[in-house]
Amino acid sequence: MASDGGAYSYSLTVFSPSGKLVQIEHALAAVAQGTTSLGIKATNGIVIATEKKSSSLLIDSSMLDKVAVICPNIGIVYSGMGPDFRVLVAKARKSAQAYWKIYGEYPPTKVLTREIATVMQEATQSGGVRPFGVSLLVAGWDITRGPTLYQVDPSGSFWAWKASAIGKNMVNAKTFLEKRYNDDISLEDAIHTALLTLKEGFEGQMTEKTIEIGVVTVPTPAELEASQVGAATGRPTPTFRILSEEEVRDYLAL
Amino acid sequence: MSIMELNGGSVIAMVGKDCVAIASDLRLGNQALSISSNFQKIFPVTDRIYIGLPGLASDVATLRERFRLRVNMYTIKEERELEPETFAHLVSSTLYEKRFSPYFVEPVVAGLSKLPTSTPESPKFKPFICGTDLIGCLNFAKDFIVCGTASEKLFGVAEGLWEPDLEPEDLFETISQTLLNAVDRDAFSGWGAVVHVLTPDKVITRTLRGRMD
Repeated sequence: MASDGGAYSYSLTVFSPSGKLVQIEHALAAVAQGTTSLGIKATNGIVIATEKKSSSLLIDSSMLDKVAVICPNIGIVYSGMGPDFRVLVAKARKSAQAYWKIYGEYPPTKVLTREIATVMQEATQSGGVRPFGVSLLVAGWDITRGPTLYQVDPSGSFWAWKASAIGKNMVNAKTFLEKRYNDDISLEDAIHTALLTLKEGFEGQMTEKTIEIGVVTVPTPAELEASQVGAATGRPTPTFRILSEEEVRDYLAL
Repeated sequence: MSIMELNGGSVIAMVGKDCVAIASDLRLGNQALSISSNFQKIFPVTDRIYIGLPGLASDVATLRERFRLRVNMYTIKEERELEPETFAHLVSSTLYEKRFSPYFVEPVVAGLSKLPTSTPESPKFKPFICGTDLIGCLNFAKDFIVCGTASEKLFGVAEGLWEPDLEPEDLFETISQTLLNAVDRDAFSGWGAVVHVLTPDKVITRTLRGRMD
């Protein structure tokens, strides 16, 4: 990597002569050390997955939440620093509820992603704070755009992907995905591909206990009608859910 | 005299077959003194949503602009058009923000909401109306919503005249007769009326000739 920026690398609010904010580069390095996560968008849904790597056998990994639900239609996964992810999840959930309080419905994926990205950007332009050491993959469904997958970086920039990987093994994983992805992929194929991609760089045994998978599905028109009736009390049909260990085991067995 | 009766005015919205109608009188007064027979109380929010704002005229003007700001910000930020249900919740939360020093307006929202099964080639709509009280309590009715100084009279005539699945032309007749006869019995409403009928393709606006007293 290039020289560490010298005197410009310590204060976030100072550009280096080459036009970089070196702290953000360092944050990306922290992300690149994190466990691999990936997301794949299919025609009828999205799958996001991550490794649940524990540093010791004594850790109860079933209590570890690396894929998080933000609201019934959006979920996120990360690579990088766990505690920073926890804080962002809390803020994202609060933001989704604030939106609900005004509009009586949950935000579309792009809007929520923009809110999260704004929070992350604020940590790159304020005094006395450091950037968040995580990259996020945000997967959600909304009625206007259907299923969408976004990546958010420590700098606060975000963009949409058809398929992407972040973290330790991202380069190999992305090459693998480029070969295997096509625009007509179905959700079932996408889950299968996600598992194969994770397996490529997996250190140790890949079982239902060492990976976590979240899935976005598309509601049928009947389900949508049902949730619209009585707009005041209609509950939105959840479109994002985290697969249980049994379901993951079934997919691994295939 | 309550503050809601200072300026006078009434609004009614009715559901028809694949259409909605919203109508209001045109009076603006200062208690018994009539000042204007041309005071607009119904405003377009989008092509398919109209909002009626009966009550204190100053708050009518203020809310019209607050909603315009919020709707424009929504449309630009989300890159999509507001649906009536979403707008109704926006109205409710805007009013509840001022729970302890409220806007003296009781809005009526009328619109056509897109069905989930709708496609760009064959759009399908469902009629939608709702009313709120001055602090934002939503009332989703299936037949009609009435509001303003003549609201009790409007309830009576609407209960008598409304029936489900009225075609746009019949809905226009029904809502017009309901409004005109009800405001004739109210000293603070009247001095002309305007009716908007919203259908999936177009909006027809007609001004009615009523008793100018």
